[in-house]
Amino acid sequence: MVIVAEPKQVVAPGELLAEGDHLLGDNSFKVGTRIYSACIGIFEVDGTRVTVVPLKGGYFPRVGDLVGGRIVDVGLSGWTVDIRAPYEAMLPASETPGPRGPRRRDLSESFDVGDMVLSQVLAFDRTRDPLLTVKGPGLGKISNGRVVEISAAKIPRLIGRKGSMISMLKRETGCQITVGQNGVVMVWGKSPENERVAVEAIYMVEREAHTRGLTDRIREMIAKSNVVGEVARTQAA
Amino acid sequence: MPEPKQPEKLIDDKGIRIDGRRLDQLRPIKLEVGILDKADGSAYIEQGKNKILVGVYGPREAHPKHIALPDRAVLRCRYRMAPFSVDERKNPAPSRREMELSKVIRESLESVVLTDLYPRTTIDVFIEVLQSDGGSRCAGITAASLALADAGIPMRELVAACAVGKIQGHMALDLSDAEDKYGEADLPVAWVPNANLVTLLQMDGILTTNEFEKGLTMALDACKTIHGMQQEALKKKYLVIKEVAEEREETEVVA
Repeated sequence: MVIVAEPKQVVAPGELLAEGDHLLGDNSFKVGTRIYSACIGIFEVDGTRVTVVPLKGGYFPRVGDLVGGRIVDVGLSGWTVDIRAPYEAMLPASETPGPRGPRRRDLSESFDVGDMVLSQVLAFDRTRDPLLTVKGPGLGKISNGRVVEISAAKIPRLIGRKGSMISMLKRETGCQITVGQNGVVMVWGKSPENERVAVEAIYMVEREAHTRGLTDRIREMIAKSNVVGEVARTQAA
Repeated sequence: MPEPKQPEKLIDDKGIRIDGRRLDQLRPIKLEVGILDKADGSAYIEQGKNKILVGVYGPREAHPKHIALPDRAVLRCRYRMAPFSVDERKNPAPSRREMELSKVIRESLESVVLTDLYPRTTIDVFIEVLQSDGGSRCAGITAASLALADAGIPMRELVAACAVGKIQGHMALDLSDAEDKYGEADLPVAWVPNANLVTLLQMDGILTTNEFEKGLTMALDACKTIHGMQQEALKKKYLVIKEVAEEREETEVVA
């Protein structure tokens, strides 16, 4: 049980992380007793578990994920949605709220090509394309606010440990922020200026995800922009 | 521009080659990562006068759909030389040589990419030779594995590649264009360090068993050096951002 690489540092693919009976986390693999990194990322040790938190990479769907997507096709029984994954997602008409049973109306009345929808992954595995649902609170068409698309690999950093980063962002900018696991982030603010600052902060998290003291630096950046966060929050509540 | 004339001697009396290198010396190498905005991953290599740009896309949906495999991703690779990359204009149509190189480069990368994590998808690698100076397949592999890593694609490790050859009866490392043309043999090698696998081995010309063994040792040593440079180049992109950001914080605290 030896940790070879320096924790919290950037590691390259093929770099030796540890030797011995560690638990394998994400993006690590074992050859004999040696554990290597499988991608460019930050090396993390949590007890006996070794993981590499990737610095880059696309979205790979998981059941239960909240994702923002764009409608690319309207069919007879559902929609095809681009959720920035290597697979085309399907949103069947039966997974939209409202009365069940056959509907004669044109599906494009609900969502048309180009619309953004906030949805949840209902089913997905290696053999099947993801299936989405918009049944649930807050899910459905996004018709206002701003949509920011960042790398899906940076989403854990945007949320932060126990949601520290995202709750700080919401508090300081006075915006309501919904984070899709696929890197689509939705921002609703009381003014365009608040939204602009929130969007800028989100891009800053993406760019500097691997640096120390990021939360403080972002708080400072927002403070400098003279956007009032707290008032907006009480108004919203 | 006419073909470069054959130099009288490829090695002078002191054992120095036409570009001033010793027999066991690499050409200067410059590696850069993430220089294309639209590609998922990219890399640029300069090795001597070689200038090669690599873009990686994926994993993404396989098109046409019938090429998709149910259990893993398909790795597609295209090696291409720009019409202006050589002395005489190169016909832009894909040549026999380019198709062969695309295939051998793909095969040398396939063994390290963890394709089984992304079933039914493709990973596309585009290798564009902007300026060619011998050994471009090796430089292409070096840059392509960097671009794959830059795209965040899970892989076992980086692949490093380098050629050796025989000029005027001596084994020489990393042949340049003239040495390749007027030398006696060329032996490109791609190497995967941790697994200790050779994933590309071609030979053009004739070598004795002893020469071959000596050449392979030289090439593997050079691959080791290149592998170190690759890791450094890959991390540099993030370390620069980190330094700038953390320094900014420090100056702000002081102010």
